[in-house]
This record gives sequence, C-alpha cells and structure tokens, in this order.
Amino acid sequence: MAGLRVVGHLLQKEFLQIFRNRGMLPIIFIMPFIQLAILSNAATFDVSRVPFHLQDFDRSSLSHRLVESFSSSGYFRMTGHSFARKTALDVLLSRDADMVLVIPEAFEKDLATTGHTRIQFMINAEDGFTAGVIRGYADEIVSTFNRDLPSLMPQSDRLVKPVFDIDIRQSGWYNPELLYTYYMVPGIIVILVTMIGLFLSGMNVVREKEIGTIDQINVTPIRRWQFITGKLLPFWIIGIGEFTAGIVIARVLFHVPMIGSYALIYAAAGIYLLVVLGMGLLISTMTETQQQAMFIAWFFSVIFILLSGLFTPTESMPGWAQYLTQLNPIRHFVDIMRRVMLKGAGVELIMQPLSILGAQAILMLALAVNRYRKSSR
Amino acid sequence: MPEQVIHTDKLTKRFGTFTAVDGISFSVRPGEIFGFLGANGAGKTTAMKMLTGLLIPSGGLATVAGFDVYREPESIKRSIGYMSQRFSLYDDLTPRENIRFFGGIYGLASKELREKCDRMLERLDLKGVADTRLAALPLGWKQKLAFSVALLHEPKLVFLDEPTGGVDPVTRRRFWDLIYQAASGGVTVFVTTHYMDEAEYCDRVSIMVDGRIAALDSPEELKRRYDAETMNDVFISLARPARRSE
Amino acid sequence: MMQRFIGFVRKEFSHIVRDRRTAAILFGMPVLQLLLFGFAIKNEISEIRVGILDHSHDLVTQELTDKLLSSGTFVATATLSNEREAGEAFASGRVNEVVVFEPAFGDRLLRDGHAGLQLLTDGSDPNVSRIVAGYTTSVVREYLREKGLAASGIEAVPLMMFNPGLKSVYLFVPGLMAMILMLVSALMTSISITREKESGTMELLLVSSLRPVQIIIGKVVPYLVLAFVNVITVVALAFFVFGVPCRGSILLLFLESLLFILTALSLGLLISTITSSQQVAMMISLAGLLLPTVLLSGFIFPIASMPWPLQAISNLIPARWYLVIVRGVMLKGAGIAVLWKETLILVVMTALYLTFSVRKFSERLQ
Repeated sequence: MAGLRVVGHLLQKEFLQIFRNRGMLPIIFIMPFIQLAILSNAATFDVSRVPFHLQDFDRSSLSHRLVESFSSSGYFRMTGHSFARKTALDVLLSRDADMVLVIPEAFEKDLATTGHTRIQFMINAEDGFTAGVIRGYADEIVSTFNRDLPSLMPQSDRLVKPVFDIDIRQSGWYNPELLYTYYMVPGIIVILVTMIGLFLSGMNVVREKEIGTIDQINVTPIRRWQFITGKLLPFWIIGIGEFTAGIVIARVLFHVPMIGSYALIYAAAGIYLLVVLGMGLLISTMTETQQQAMFIAWFFSVIFILLSGLFTPTESMPGWAQYLTQLNPIRHFVDIMRRVMLKGAGVELIMQPLSILGAQAILMLALAVNRYRKSSR
Repeated sequence: MPEQVIHTDKLTKRFGTFTAVDGISFSVRPGEIFGFLGANGAGKTTAMKMLTGLLIPSGGLATVAGFDVYREPESIKRSIGYMSQRFSLYDDLTPRENIRFFGGIYGLASKELREKCDRMLERLDLKGVADTRLAALPLGWKQKLAFSVALLHEPKLVFLDEPTGGVDPVTRRRFWDLIYQAASGGVTVFVTTHYMDEAEYCDRVSIMVDGRIAALDSPEELKRRYDAETMNDVFISLARPARRSE
Repeated sequence: MMQRFIGFVRKEFSHIVRDRRTAAILFGMPVLQLLLFGFAIKNEISEIRVGILDHSHDLVTQELTDKLLSSGTFVATATLSNEREAGEAFASGRVNEVVVFEPAFGDRLLRDGHAGLQLLTDGSDPNVSRIVAGYTTSVVREYLREKGLAASGIEAVPLMMFNPGLKSVYLFVPGLMAMILMLVSALMTSISITREKESGTMELLLVSSLRPVQIIIGKVVPYLVLAFVNVITVVALAFFVFGVPCRGSILLLFLESLLFILTALSLGLLISTITSSQQVAMMISLAGLLLPTVLLSGFIFPIASMPWPLQAISNLIPARWYLVIVRGVMLKGAGIAVLWKETLILVVMTALYLTFSVRKFSERLQ
C-alpha cells in the first residue's frame, strides 16, 4: 500500500534523527534504567533504628530493663540521655533523635504497688506518617514488656491476675514479606516509560515548527493520519522497548513475581503508550515552542504521577479526588501492572481500567489528528 | 493546463485587526519566472503561504494550478514544489537521506527514487558529500539541494520564498542558473526576493507595498515607467511611502 | 554599562511575560498543584474495605466485628466462609483486608487467656497493608481494654510533637515547595540559555559589550524573581488554605527559599553549560530531576528508612536539605542556630555549581 509506504519513510527519518542525536541517546536509553535500579529501593516506609533520646527519672533496674528492650529490639537506637525537659525539645528540633522516651520517677514503685504506671513517648511528628510507624513500634515493645512483667516482678501480687491476649498475626497476601520493591518497581517502570514517551513526543512536532521543517512537510500531499502515525510509531516502538527492559530489570534484579500473563501486560502497555504519545503529540501540535510544550507536559505528568496512587494510596484520597483519578491514565496502568504481575489478574479483572485506557487512547489520537492542521487560519 | 497557473482576485488575509494581505489580484502565466517583491513585512510570505495551501485566506479568490485554495488545498500540494525562506531540510540528515525522505513523502517508488537521487547528487555536484550531515555543509549547497528537492516530484509550479538569503553574489548567480534550467524545462517559478538585482532576472515582477500590489510588469517596462536606471530605483520610489517598513 | 545591563534584564523579563502561555503556567501551576495535592494527597485512609472470615461465630467474635465496623473506618464488603473466597476477594480488589477468627476463638480467649487472630492484607500495596493492619490492631487492643481483659502494667502516652493532628499537609507543603522551585528554576534557566545557544543569539550577546558574568546574571535574575513570587504564593496558600503554621521567622524562611532558588538556578546553569541542545537540557532537568527530587528528598519517603547507599546519594539532592529547613522553620520554629548546617550545605552546593558553570562557560569562549 502506497499510503503505508509514506509512513515507512517518516518512520525511517525519525529513527535516523533519534539515533543520530548523541546527546539524547543516554538520556533515552540509559538514564531511565539507572533510575529504576536505584530509586526503586528508595521507596519504603519501613523505619529502622529510629534514634531515640532517653529521660529516665527512675533509674531503677526495671526502667533499665525497659530501655534495654527498646535498644535490643532493632527498631530503636539510643543517641543520648538527659533530664531536662528543654533538652528533650532541643534534640527533637535538631533531629538528633526522633523520639524521646520519658520514664517518670517512681516508675518501678508505682508498678509494684498499684500495678499501673505511665511512660511518655515524645515523637517528632513533622512527618506524621513516620511518626505513626514509630509509635506502632514503641507500642509493640511496651505491650510485649507488659506481658513479661509478672515474671519480671514476681514479688508484686498486683500483676498476677490472668492476662488475656489476642495474638494478632499479619500476613500480606501476594507479598508475604511486604516488600516495597514489589510494589514500587512496576510503578516506577510506568513513570519512566511515561516520561520518556510524553516528553519525546511532546517535543517532536513543535521542534519541527521551531526549525521550520514543518512547512516543508505541510506543502506535501501527506495525509494527516500518515503524519501522526509516522510521528507516533517510532516512540511507540521505543516505549515498548523501554518497557521490556524495565520488566527484565524487575524480574532479574528485584525478583518481582510475574503471576499473570505477559501477553496481557504487553497489550495493556501498547494501549497505554498510545494514550501517552497521543497526549504528547496533542501538546506538541497546540504549542508554539518546545519550552511551552515541555511545561505543559511537565505540569500534567507531575499531577498524574502524584495522583496515581503510586506513592500514596488512592484509597486515602477524598471522594472527589478519587473520581478525578479515574481520568488519570497512569493510575490505571499502574493498577493493571500491579494486578497482573503480583496478583495474576486475568483480562476479566482488568477490563475496567483497560477499557478506560482504550477510550482515552482513541480520544487522544482523534484529538491529535484533529488538532494537527496542514493549513492554518 | 489552464491559461493561468496562478490566478488571484482580491485575495485577503487578516490577523485580528491587522490586514497582512489586502485584496491582491494578479495572474501568473505558464512557464514564466514571476518575481514577487516587497519590503520586509509587506505581506509576501503571507501571500505565498495562502497560495501554497499553508494558510487559509480571509477573503477573495485564488486558484493555483487550476485548484481552488479553499476547497482543494491538498490537490494544490500535489502539483507544486515549495522551498521556504527558513532553510527547511533536516540539518541532522545527509543530502541522500533528505532526498529519500521527501521523495518518499511524495510517494515516489523506491527504485525510481534511488535513481533520481543519484542523478540529482551528480548534477548538483554533491556526490562527495552525499553522506555528510547537512549541518556541516555551506549554506549555498544546502540551498541548491533544497531547490532540487522541491522539484523532486516534477511539479509544474514551484514556489521559492527568498531562496538565496544570506549567501554571496556569486553563489546567488549560480542558484539562478538552476532556476533558469528549471524554467526552460517548462516549470513555472514563483519567487520572492529582496535582492533587486535578482528582480532583473525575472520575466515579470510584482512589487508589494503595505499588503497591496503597487506595480506589476516586466522589469524593462517598470524601469521605463518610473524612469529608473535599475530595479532598485524602481523599488525605492515605490516603497518610500510605505507605512509598514521595519 | 549598568544601564545596558538593566536594559538586558528588562528584555529578558518581557520575554517571559510576553509568552502568555508560559507565564500562565509558571504562575498558575504551583497554585493549582498545591491546592490539588494539598487536598488530595493523604496518607491516612478514610475507608478500609474489610472481609470477615469467622470460623468461630461466637459472642466475642461478634462483638469484635461490631466494634471494628462501628469505628467508622472499616466497611464490610465481604462475608467469607473459607480461605479460597478470601483469595477471590483480593484478586477482584473488593477488600483491603480479611480478618480471620480461628475456630473457638471466644472460648480460647476466655479459658486459655489467648486466642489467635489473623490479618490478611493485600500485600501488593505494602503501604496500605501496614496502615490497615495498624488500625485493626489498635481496635482489637481497645476492645481488650474496654472489657478489662488487657494486661495491666505500663501505659504508654504518646505525645506527637509539632504536628499533633498528624496532618499530611504539613508534610507535603514543604515537599511541594521544594519540588516546584527546583524544577521551575532548573528547567527555565537551562532552557533559556540553551535556546540562545541553538538559535545563535548567544554569539550576538557575547560580542556585545556585556561581560559573560553579566549575561548569566541577566538570564537568571528574572527567574529568581519569578520563583520567589511562587514561594510567597505557596506559603500564603499553605497558611490561609491549609492552616500550616509558620512557627519560626518568616524572614528566615524567605531568605532560605531565596538561597534554594539560587541553588536550583545554578544547577540549571550547569546543565545548560554541559548540554548543547534544548532537548537534552529539558530531558535532564525534567526526566532526570523529577523522580530523584520526589523520591530522594524525603518528600514522601523518609530518608532514614532507605538503604545506606541511597542515603548517601540523597545527600547530593539539594531539595533534601531545603526540606529539612522548611519543615524546621515552619513546623518546629527552628532558627538558624539549628539549621546552620543545612544552610551551609546549600551555600556550598550553589558555589560549586556556579564555579563549574562559569569555568565551563569561559572555556567555551576561548
């Protein structure tokens, strides 16, 4: 077909230009994977060895025991001790410690006589989430300590009443060790593929406008669909290539399971890339300079990334924001990736996000073809 | 083939309140070299973009190669060649790759294209640099290549928008040899320029002032009418009252 | 001389402002992003979809289930009768968590003193898993306490300093400030300088009587002003819309922000001197800086939780230090006496970037 041959010529030209641009090659083909390999490890909320500061006003053998169980838990390490309330604030302020453990005077005596006493955790809560995690660890240590109390203080008859306890065991379905990499790697692959695809396609047509070659193409009898296809396909192929490399890294380096089918994940990736590239081309046809194009692309990618449920759960968003994220292609593709890779979801379970992506792809491409004008007004 | 290759009647282009091209009417005959002159900002490029189908006119009529600019811009594009003011081939591709690409876009068959490409490189004396990136070539070479690429699909009409900007007189003279060659082969040439010596090479010239055509005739006739030695003097006497010069 | 320089700066300004679309994005984007993220991004979960798999069906399990569902956070979306159904519920995404009561749960608790409760969470999102399990555990503990069944002994009283409501906004506002300033500044300078290089107008500037340093300053000053306007808008929004306090000196906050903008601008400068095309500069400032700034700055994920090589790398991210400063000043009321180290690091970074770029820039001239 002669129509397709024109597309072939465009394709060949785009590839020549991409591979000839020495400055861009490492950015397209190396940087994403370095980021994937390194940054996937960054995303974790597992706090370990929290620095804590001790204010032990009791200085009894029992209070030593309690401090010992903090230090030996692996979750905490002591960075200092003092007795002035002012100092407690200072260490939190200067971040020398994230928690101050305050044990009051008469700690042991109260326990022995009344069977009850209080201690205080002062936690640096500027990062509320981490503060919650730290509190959880500390509570855990204290409740274990409480269980052992009767044997530690056999002389106290206040503590011998029977202890009732519910033994809670948590296990993660699909990811028993709750490894963050399982969760982050598929998401970061999506982001990298998105950024490369969106930025490259977003810069492409507007660049031809800036250097003037677009006029030379617009005076030829090329059809609009031929032009858009020729502009889209090279980045689609590169996108699929990058996606593949990302999956290989995920499997080999991070041992992320792949329970579902490769065919399904590639089908989803193919459709998703059409959405991203269609959007890039649309931006490119609507702007006058590369700078404008990049700003718009950046604006949307930041919003899409932060509202994708990748870093913070979509479950925690208010209702209106959750509805809004239905428009977010990154959210749907991240969702599909996690469901297929980690849960082995089949096509019927990802039908909803997949069909949203499909509809978005059609819309974006239609808009891009429509907005690209060979004759301007 | 119609009597006139280009025909316009009160062709107008407005951008907001600014009228870039203000009701121009003229015709171009088959086979002639038609010079389209004017100061910067006089509206030459806008007029040319309307004729090549890159810009939709605001009013008036125009046909190019027998096709209507409103209804049949794509048919116009099939029948014309175009070389723009800003050098418009790909700097990061070689001459051979540029020829192949644009030939391919015009739908030339690959075998035909390969032969044409070799012949063209030979004729332009660019064989030695056929695989060197354009960025490394002198401007004059790029211009002759761009001109030949515009003729690749053998159009009957070619538009040249300030084709010789920025090169020395000798190179410009050589470029005009190429234009004559094409014209002798029956191609109609529509060329804008602001070099007045080049105006002398044209069969007929029109001079645009403030979006209107102030004069249109052969160079000899114009010189006689304005009692001038050179086209430059003609131009100055016409363009002096212009409001829009830079 | 000075007059010519001022004229040059003015020209650069009008370039930015004349391009309406870019100007709208530059001023509107931070506002829109802050509003959107401030309202939408949270780490606390308001609704947990839970499935109950009760192998015991006794009074205690019934009470515990009621207690869970009446807390307001948990919504029962599935009642399950065996483990296989639990798998299906997870696969379809119907539940975040399944609570499994072992057989004879109540009997064992009251007779033997302990009973087993299993929490299955959707481990494909470890983050949600942890939050959900934490919530459930605290409900169970509370139940025991109410029934007078909890172990007596030490009661821990937590005191959440600086952010008693544990609001996420407190965490995200500084992060967003860092991210927006970093990217806007680095991106804009690197593009505007490489653009001059590409179009050849840089040569024109260089042969003018302006000195290279003046050219660089002239290019950078407009963006400095622009980014500073962004700082003021963001801080005002944070205060008036989200109620984020500024407990320390607002002057210090602005000065430190100015310093950070300078760091980002000089990074942009550095990028522009080592690249030759707009495309490369843009890709480095966008694709290269976005993820590291989000992930390695402590914006979302605490740096202390990262493996040590990443902690080491995070030291190179300017946003990391700025974040400590902003949180310190705004939330903790810290002064320069506490933050001098972070400030010094930013100063040194800026100096290094600038030295490198000026050297590169003049190398090119020779």
